[in-house]
Amino acid sequence: MSGLPPYADLLGLTLEPDAEGAPVLLMPFGDPVVGRPGFLHGGAISGLLEMAAYMALVHELAGEADAGVKPINVTVDFMRGGRDKPTRARGTVTRLGTRVANVEASAWQDDPAQPIAGARMNYLVLRS
Amino acid sequence: MAFAFDPARFFNGEGARFGHGAAIGIGYRAHGPDWCELDLPYAAQLVGDPESGVIASGPILTMMDMAASIAVWNRAGFTAHATLDLRVDYLRPATPGETLVGRGECYRVTHSVAFVRGVAHHGDPDDPIAHVAGTFMAPGGYHR
Repeated sequence: MSGLPPYADLLGLTLEPDAEGAPVLLMPFGDPVVGRPGFLHGGAISGLLEMAAYMALVHELAGEADAGVKPINVTVDFMRGGRDKPTRARGTVTRLGTRVANVEASAWQDDPAQPIAGARMNYLVLRS
Repeated sequence: MAFAFDPARFFNGEGARFGHGAAIGIGYRAHGPDWCELDLPYAAQLVGDPESGVIASGPILTMMDMAASIAVWNRAGFTAHATLDLRVDYLRPATPGETLVGRGECYRVTHSVAFVRGVAHHGDPDDPIAHVAGTFMAPGGYHR
């Protein structure tokens, strides 16, 4: 178990914080995430991106114990096929407002500057 | 004439045993000339929020991506293609324990781009869980 939700375990995700402690997710290549033979399923890439966006937002909200978040929408752009190798993803909170957070996420294999896919997400921020 | 893709045969055959669709439990329901309906039974391994038991959004996106992809093949014939982009609006949380139905429709095909839309629901399309819009690209072009 990874301490992540069951769906993250299904994808095989593990947390690899960067030097500053910000969350980076690692997804190994394997049958549960394969689409056509030899390539990642776009849905698995999207699941990784959404989880990376969520982790980045939770990390940003770490000081607020009573804050919760709900996804409003996601837009995923697929830029390159995901090959038979590990994939990493990280999220960036571009704006954290009182009600809405805008988060971006990027997934890459060899080079973070050559993403295989990217996502933009809007979240509802719930502060009781 | 384009090679026809049979979603029922795919999901009753290798599609049910291998890969991400099989891992999350996506099944076939029905299809027509430009649409395809798949389903996603509730499963503990899909949960994104253990407190509420609500499934993650990722499996919904996967189902809608597959339903939309097959809808394109139903309209334009089977060809190698890839999702260019997909947008999902999460209208309300899925209900824990209930099966999700995902209907994808291909409403326009050009030489190399197919436009899709779709809805995920719990049996009543007028009470949707998620709404989807996206595009696919075929490097070798679509047969229209």
